[in-house]
Amino acid sequence: MLERRAAIACLMASRPKDLFVVPGLGSTTYDMASLGEKDQDFYLWGAMGGATMIGLGLALARPNVKVAVVTGDGEMLMGMGSLATVGVQRPPNLAIVVFDNQRYGETGMQASHTDRGVDLVAVARACGIAQTLEVQDQAGLEKLAGLLGGLKETLFARVRIKAENPPRVLPSRDGVELKLRFRKAVAAVG
Amino acid sequence: MENQTGWPDQLFDVIKAAEIKQVGYVPDAGHARLIERCKADNDIRDVVLSTEEEGIALAAGAWLGGQRSALLMQSSGVGNCINMLSLIQACRFPFLTIITMRGEWAEFNPWQVPMSQAVEPSLAACGVKVYRVDDPDEVAETVEAAADLAFNSDLSVAVLLSQKMIGRKKWVK
Repeated sequence: MLERRAAIACLMASRPKDLFVVPGLGSTTYDMASLGEKDQDFYLWGAMGGATMIGLGLALARPNVKVAVVTGDGEMLMGMGSLATVGVQRPPNLAIVVFDNQRYGETGMQASHTDRGVDLVAVARACGIAQTLEVQDQAGLEKLAGLLGGLKETLFARVRIKAENPPRVLPSRDGVELKLRFRKAVAAVG
Repeated sequence: MENQTGWPDQLFDVIKAAEIKQVGYVPDAGHARLIERCKADNDIRDVVLSTEEEGIALAAGAWLGGQRSALLMQSSGVGNCINMLSLIQACRFPFLTIITMRGEWAEFNPWQVPMSQAVEPSLAACGVKVYRVDDPDEVAETVEAAADLAFNSDLSVAVLLSQKMIGRKKWVK
């Protein structure tokens, strides 16, 4: 089964300059930070359930950049209604990637709804997101990396990952700093 | 719309003048006219939400991309927003919301009352500055001031439109 740190490294290996990432509260924020803290990543330390909507607001505001929300199954479950909202807007420059370990990693690896059969890809599709992807292996990851690099249509992908807690890599927790440097990086794209 | 005497149209003009480009909303009778105007405007992206808290995260994302956003909601929606407002405060995002009040004037539905009473103290507890409007002639000026405060000073500001001003909901047609 895919390991989360190797998976995020693969997805971001050929990251284009105009790809901005909103990682969700918890493990996906540490996963992104494990690749080195970057101005182009808006790390979340709270606002559980809000990652997808932050990505939507950004994608609508800046059609000339690509936006990837990279979040966990628990965070996505809390904001599941936002998939309906994205399904109505369908910005071509927005991708939502869920790292699904079927666990709440931050609170002690308790089982999430996806462990009991809730299918987030089916939810996304039912909400009107036509381009969806199930990723289970390295080939799938490479396909997803390619789609992120040349994003042309709203994308929802679920990456099935192993339930593990790799060492935490903590980015800045200063929200004002995160906001200002991210905003500057977006503006620099022109 | 017979009880709406032009303030929604003035409000729309204020939103245009403030260069607000994304308007998040949950459908609402009090905001119906304003929402229609926003939907008809090619320069404004109207984003229908499944719950009000989505509009807070939307506003944060819009600002990260250099755009201004506003959230239109009803008093009951404030209760859905509480934790998401921490995003606004922690990052000091500018935030503007315009709230139509229920549960405070000739209300027919008692279930509207508890949240209505909690609106001002909840917003204050979450660091949101609150303006209240009872006079239709003061709607435009108040929202203009709220937008200036929000976007020029990076603050979160709510404008409450009183139920007395909006008018009674007609329950029997």
